[in-house]
Amino acid sequence: MDWLIAHFAELVFFYLAGIAVIGAGCVLVFRSPINAALALLCTFLAVAGVFVLAHAELLAAVQVLVYAGGIMVLFLFAIMLVNVRVLPEQPQFLRKLTPFVVPVALALAGLLLVAVWGIGHRPVGDLSALTSVEGVLTGNTEAVSWSLFMQYLLPFEVVSIVLLVAIIGAIVLGRKETSEEGA
Amino acid sequence: MIPTHYFLVLSLILFTIGVVGMVVRRNFITVLMCLELILNAANINFIAFGRQLGDITGQVFPIFIISIAAAEAAIGLGIIIALVRLKGTVNLDQVNVMEG
Repeated sequence: MDWLIAHFAELVFFYLAGIAVIGAGCVLVFRSPINAALALLCTFLAVAGVFVLAHAELLAAVQVLVYAGGIMVLFLFAIMLVNVRVLPEQPQFLRKLTPFVVPVALALAGLLLVAVWGIGHRPVGDLSALTSVEGVLTGNTEAVSWSLFMQYLLPFEVVSIVLLVAIIGAIVLGRKETSEEGA
Repeated sequence: MIPTHYFLVLSLILFTIGVVGMVVRRNFITVLMCLELILNAANINFIAFGRQLGDITGQVFPIFIISIAAAEAAIGLGIIIALVRLKGTVNLDQVNVMEG
């Protein structure tokens, strides 16, 4: 029982990480884009849980709202607009590449694992900065907001311009080709 | 306390699956989903290192990444709509001509 209490965070992490990895694997192998989108939704929600375990509560909420709420709805809209019923008859994978994929993926994973291993067993640092502003104990949201609006205000404003450009670009791309009558 | 390398290994698995999916899949919608997986893996890395170093900056940059991911999804799906209107398919093998 003591062991369970001491390692509860690890057990929850393994549970969530398992869901995330299985969901990602399903995105990789499912033929239907709808099924892949729902598997991706599972992955996003599990990753939001992992964020909570890493003391990033605000980002977990943002992940659920933006990814699971916004981006997935966009994907589902696109899938609905595209007629997917013609897709499953076609092969879904690039057959010529398939023999190379597994060794290359394992080599990439092994290389990254070697890089990760060096981090290994260094102790986790002082977590108080994640929930405090200038030494005063607040919440994670306030700490993130303080850093975002004090130190990183200019990138924040640039991101708003990027989003504006993306909105205009999406409208232009999705517009029907009309004749000159509207011009 | 969860060690940092647990997060890094999770991020590594998601990143590898995303890269493999981007290379292997033919469906443009699924390729975009794999791109989202890669961005998510980057977010996990940022948060894990921010936690290890006790630095709040590690939680600020994922907000920027999520914004860029939203912009990328909007543009990508606009491209999908335009592609379907132009070619009638989302199969990347059949999209092999530059001029419309």
